[in-house]
Amino acid sequence: MDVEITLRVDGTDHRLTVDTRTTLLDALRERLGNTSPKKGCDHGQCGACTILLDDRRALGCLALAVAHQGADIVTAAGLVNGGGGEGDGLHPLQRSFIAHDAFQCGYCTPGQICSAVGMLREAAAGWPSAVAKDPNAADVVLDDEEIAERMSGNLCRCAAYANIVPAIADVAHRDEVAAHRDEGARR
Amino acid sequence: MLQSDQVAWRGQFTGAVVAETPEAARYAAGLVRFRYEQRPPDVALREDRDDLYKPLDAAQFGQGGGELQDGSPADSVLGDAGPALAAAHTVLDATYTTPMYHNNPMEPHTAVVTWTDGELLVYCSTQGATMSRDLIAATLGLPPGRVRVVSPHVGGGFGSKVYPHAYAVLAAMASRTVRRPVKFTLTRQQMFALVGFRPASIQRIRLGADAEGRLTAVTHDVVEQTARAKGYADQTAVCTRLMYAAPHRRTTHRLAPLDIPVPTIMRAPGEAQGMFALESAMDEMAIACGMDPVEFRIRNEPDVHPESGLPFSSRHLVACLREGARRAGWERRDPTPRARRMGRWLIGTGVAASTYPSPRLPGNAATVRVAPDGHCTVLIAAADLGTGTWTALTQIAADALGVPVERVELRIGDTTLPNASPAGFSSGINSWGSSIAEAARQLRTLLETEHGDVVPPDGLEVTADMPANTDAERYAMHSFGAQFAEVRVDADTGEIRVPRLLGMFDVGRVINPRTARSQLLGGMTQGMSMALYEHSVLDQRFGHVVNQDFAQYHIAANADVHAVEAHWLDETDPHTNVMGAKGLGEVCIVGTAAAIANAVHHATGVRVRDLPVTLDKLLSEP
Repeated sequence: MDVEITLRVDGTDHRLTVDTRTTLLDALRERLGNTSPKKGCDHGQCGACTILLDDRRALGCLALAVAHQGADIVTAAGLVNGGGGEGDGLHPLQRSFIAHDAFQCGYCTPGQICSAVGMLREAAAGWPSAVAKDPNAADVVLDDEEIAERMSGNLCRCAAYANIVPAIADVAHRDEVAAHRDEGARR
Repeated sequence: MLQSDQVAWRGQFTGAVVAETPEAARYAAGLVRFRYEQRPPDVALREDRDDLYKPLDAAQFGQGGGELQDGSPADSVLGDAGPALAAAHTVLDATYTTPMYHNNPMEPHTAVVTWTDGELLVYCSTQGATMSRDLIAATLGLPPGRVRVVSPHVGGGFGSKVYPHAYAVLAAMASRTVRRPVKFTLTRQQMFALVGFRPASIQRIRLGADAEGRLTAVTHDVVEQTARAKGYADQTAVCTRLMYAAPHRRTTHRLAPLDIPVPTIMRAPGEAQGMFALESAMDEMAIACGMDPVEFRIRNEPDVHPESGLPFSSRHLVACLREGARRAGWERRDPTPRARRMGRWLIGTGVAASTYPSPRLPGNAATVRVAPDGHCTVLIAAADLGTGTWTALTQIAADALGVPVERVELRIGDTTLPNASPAGFSSGINSWGSSIAEAARQLRTLLETEHGDVVPPDGLEVTADMPANTDAERYAMHSFGAQFAEVRVDADTGEIRVPRLLGMFDVGRVINPRTARSQLLGGMTQGMSMALYEHSVLDQRFGHVVNQDFAQYHIAANADVHAVEAHWLDETDPHTNVMGAKGLGEVCIVGTAAAIANAVHHATGVRVRDLPVTLDKLLSEP
């Protein structure tokens, strides 16, 4: 059965007709031609299709497009010029991945970066992880162990993990410094 | 393909459904019902099978000469190992086993094909555009000139995209039938049946040593899986031919023909599983001889290739062992197993050596063009699967042309460009780089001698074949390394973690330290994944892989990885190529599994000779 839906993708509204079996991932790639999210497994096991769905990280392959009428979606491509980028328009995480050579083939990278954006928001909101020393702590300190744990839904077969963690840590710690500065200014 | 009424293995292509959308195609495929006479499949790998055979013409699936995949002979004998073992002061006789492993690049194998006026255009994900073109053309009965393969970026391959496999040909057949462009992407599940794997092995190693810990005999006998449908033979014991000195030596390879999918190249095909066995055995033998495992290896370092007698173009294994040991803090190590404990954790450290050949593959040419404005274009049908080819070849070209990298535009991954060998055998820089350097050299000579160093208005272009390397017959060319692992094992549950991996490599001159380091880290991490997590489980009733997805076939995830360090010696190989480079993409996965298993033994006192090293294997023994 075909259904007409609207999706806001990377800041642009789209009206499209989808088969009710179509996943959000296939709607983005096959219908809208947005190949930024990648299909690595189609079963929610690898994270390559991670997108930001209404500001939270989500797996496009596990979501049916028809169930997300009116959703606001940001892909890694949409982070360019949209995520506080400077000069080259790249999101700070995109720039940090390049600076740390945090990828080899690059296939998992759009998912890694969307996942990292969502993960930093979760941490800022105080969400604990499986390795949290104190699950009730108000502030999450993103040390390497926390970052690795929170990023473990994104597989990288080239195994760039040793570079992915510092790439994210750089941005996370810059944000922390900025947050402290803002806090100081408010006082 | 689709030319026989026999099904050779479960998961083989038996047909295709073409539809307007993937949803419709998949639904329709689910409606197809097959009826066929069933015969019991035979999928058990055992060393006592009565149908084991010596590999024959397995090089490049019969494309090249030689009995094993790399062109080596299946067997080698020097001296007489039997009496030497009987007379040895210390003897080790141990059998090591490795499971079936699947390459699993993140990007599934995909082909988009169109036919125009009898010419076939294939966009596909391949490690070798030229070879894919030639094999697809041959399969379809077309002259190679009527097939174009385009593959500028590849989402990982690890060997599984060297050969074009059946999926691209199936897409081409479907497209020819429906007279429309066809796109075909394998599912992750299909990748466990259709794009190859590292065959499982049973490896018996016997070592004999004198009272001083000098090896007198080394044997390595391999039985490994192959498919009844198509022979494939990894060079599993070839590493043992070159690693250590000993007067009496033997290596053999035998294949067990099974009703399973066809194996293929997987990163360090043969060396990865062979060096797990040899380097585990070297650890066991060092302990048996009462020697430190680093010193034991150094004592058995050969002066020349132990079987061919050729000198090595460069071999700095001892320096890797010494410098790696220094960085890893090896001198503080108490060799006693179970000697270090922190709370629940038993701590252990282990070492293993790494090696991989550094060949130059035939079938390369490069074109270099210079425009009057100084802009340079470099053309070669090379591949970048995340290895850094785009960057490294641009640097090599800029260096050879004597221009800044900004002036060089590289084009790769397209069969309209000059032919290139596939990205495999850690041969890319050696093969493609040498071809580019040669074309650039000829261009500079031409510019100087014929044009007075002024680029003519129409520009200047040179195409050169890859230069022959006469040193290749006179020297054995291999990369080396030493890997050090620290593990901790939960004393109660057997949970294994790897807090530190350190690799020290001898890979000749490094072209790009950044991409080189990433590749080395990635290979070592894959080696850890091979050691601890990966294992394709065959259903003995049907012969398919049961755990055919990422939820069940575990590859290392971010939280599995802690400190990984890759270093290299500042060396230049005088014989491999004008760059002085050796291969580095595969040497880094070789030896990691043994270093980890050796560290697990040091931590727990339990010797695991069967990969992967999982916690049940630590708990079932005392």
